[in-house]
Amino acid sequence: MKISHRIFTPALLALGICAATSAVAADITGAGATFPYPIYAKWAEAYKAKTGTGMNYQSIGSGGGIKQITAKTVDFGASDMPLKAEELEKGGLIQFPTVMGGVVPVVNIEGIKAGDMKLTGKVLADIYLGKITKWNDPAIVALNKDLKLPATDITAVNRSDGSGTTFIFTDYLSKVSPEWKSKVGSSTSVMWPAPSGAGGKGNEGVASFVQRLKNSIGYVEYAYAKQNKLAYALLQNREGHFVKPYDKAFQAAAAGADWKHAPGFYEILTDEPGKDSWPITGATFILFHKSQAHPDKAKEVLKFFDWAYANGDQLALGLDYIPMPDAVVELIHGEWKDKVKDVNGKPIW
Amino acid sequence: MDALDHALEAPQGASLPLSMSRSIPETQLRRQHLYDLVFRNVTRIFAFLVLALLIGILISLLIGSWPALKAFGPGFLVSHEWNPVTEKFGALVPIFGTLVTSFIALLIGIPVSFGIAVFLTELSPLWLRRPIGTAIELLAAIPSIIYGMWGLFVFAPVFGDHVQPWMIEHLGPVWLIGPLFKGAPQGIGMLTAGIILAIMVVPFIASVMRDVFEVVPAMLKESAYAVGATTWEVVWNVVLPYTKIGVVGGILLGLGRALGETMAVTFVIGNANRMGTSLFAPGTSIASALANEFTEAVGGLYTSALIELGLILFLITFVVLALSKILLYRLAKREGTRT
Repeated sequence: MKISHRIFTPALLALGICAATSAVAADITGAGATFPYPIYAKWAEAYKAKTGTGMNYQSIGSGGGIKQITAKTVDFGASDMPLKAEELEKGGLIQFPTVMGGVVPVVNIEGIKAGDMKLTGKVLADIYLGKITKWNDPAIVALNKDLKLPATDITAVNRSDGSGTTFIFTDYLSKVSPEWKSKVGSSTSVMWPAPSGAGGKGNEGVASFVQRLKNSIGYVEYAYAKQNKLAYALLQNREGHFVKPYDKAFQAAAAGADWKHAPGFYEILTDEPGKDSWPITGATFILFHKSQAHPDKAKEVLKFFDWAYANGDQLALGLDYIPMPDAVVELIHGEWKDKVKDVNGKPIW
Repeated sequence: MDALDHALEAPQGASLPLSMSRSIPETQLRRQHLYDLVFRNVTRIFAFLVLALLIGILISLLIGSWPALKAFGPGFLVSHEWNPVTEKFGALVPIFGTLVTSFIALLIGIPVSFGIAVFLTELSPLWLRRPIGTAIELLAAIPSIIYGMWGLFVFAPVFGDHVQPWMIEHLGPVWLIGPLFKGAPQGIGMLTAGIILAIMVVPFIASVMRDVFEVVPAMLKESAYAVGATTWEVVWNVVLPYTKIGVVGGILLGLGRALGETMAVTFVIGNANRMGTSLFAPGTSIASALANEFTEAVGGLYTSALIELGLILFLITFVVLALSKILLYRLAKREGTRT
């Protein structure tokens, strides 16, 4: 028994290592944004079961994803904040959106349930600017005549970690409030001007602060608000309608977007037209090198995302992500054909 | 007696022929010499590796923070602006938060740890020493994120609902310290972070203090008791002077943990880049700012400013260590002149 162990263990180990290396050789690797990690992991699992090709995705954050793809240590990078066309050009990259999500304002005021409160972008911006400091401010009362609003201070909760959610949220505030745009701007983390704010780490941090701090307001990803049954507020969209955050409203926002004329898919789906569209919607992006030294590997990556666009919608919806509309997927295929080449300039897709 | 002699002799008898009576061959001697040489050099390499690591970390921090050092200069230390959009960064608020929370932690932690150590070594009945001692060591082994979650989900609500209102009412109007206890009772904030840190550093400080108190020779203590000293006098005049280096070492260990603690602080400090007089207000510390922002920091200057924060934390720790060494040196010198 002992002897057989001695012989077999190394042999098994060696076999295991062989198997592992051969698996690694075929696997594709990616790194970046944390927001789409659950769906990428789910897709990878299903794809591996189907094709045998694994996809190893490390959710190290958008900043890390951009650094890793620039250094070519991974096959693709992922970012919640799209890169501008000139940044893409500089890095020799293309980008394309994979899934979308919505950002939802949530409140904690006694007696106010999900969907009770109505807000406009301007009011939301003024709350986060610290200009509206009480819940019974005339601007809020005018929107919510039938609600009993307390005369208490508002605690504006934000994400303390850099995140795509903050980027989408502040991008929206910049679009609807010139004052926000000049004073704060939009980024994955910003200098929060409200004097009575607090920052929570991650969606769960913001959600727990909002649940904990009375008379507070925060913003979280839709999936998070839905799963935790937080008291979301209705938002007035560009066409003046107060809409509820749910998947159809996010899809409406995506449909209203003009992807065709957005170079490098630089399109942030905030404040989009359409009477049903939710105003704070955003996509998450994949970054990919235009010139590929290993065309086979590059093709594997594109095959993976092709499969995900074709077969991954149900998985995405199950996790409360919104799949890209077919028209956009077609544009993405075109982009692959046009831009992704091997070193000799031959198209890969 | 005979049996004892035999027992003592037996191993000697066995080892004698090997080491002494037989002459050792040249080759074996050389080999042993070689072993010794290898052993000595390997240990030396390991020791120097620490030094090399330290210098390596310092150099890489310097290289990483160079763009920020160049862009902001010494103004980085006194600016309270932290704006990733306009890429204007200053470290005053995180430095302030780090120092204040660590100070609160020590303010609470040192007396409590001292009490625990004195009780365990001087006053506790024997049967109680082991369970309490083990409990303290277990506390030290709890990962910091657990403290953070406990702080946010259990401690902060209780603190915000029951303790902070009382403090606002009773301590708020007090002269001088009043402004420290004003503001909304949110449960989270600088004071909460300091208290959580105190709970985290107590096991470290207490177990070091207990260990050094235990090595005080019984003869010294008994002599003091014999001339009529009370327990307090024995602890204050015999135990503490005898163990002061160890005690300061333990406090430093705790301070080191408090200064660098990341996750627990991130959970409860409130993460707002603001500086106020109130301890109830949300703030930020160097470590929590790094934990929050490093992953999604896009752009050279932003990352560089964060690395410079890390460099500052490194230097703060270094200065604290140096100051305590100087303090100990001063104490030792004064002792010399007195006798």
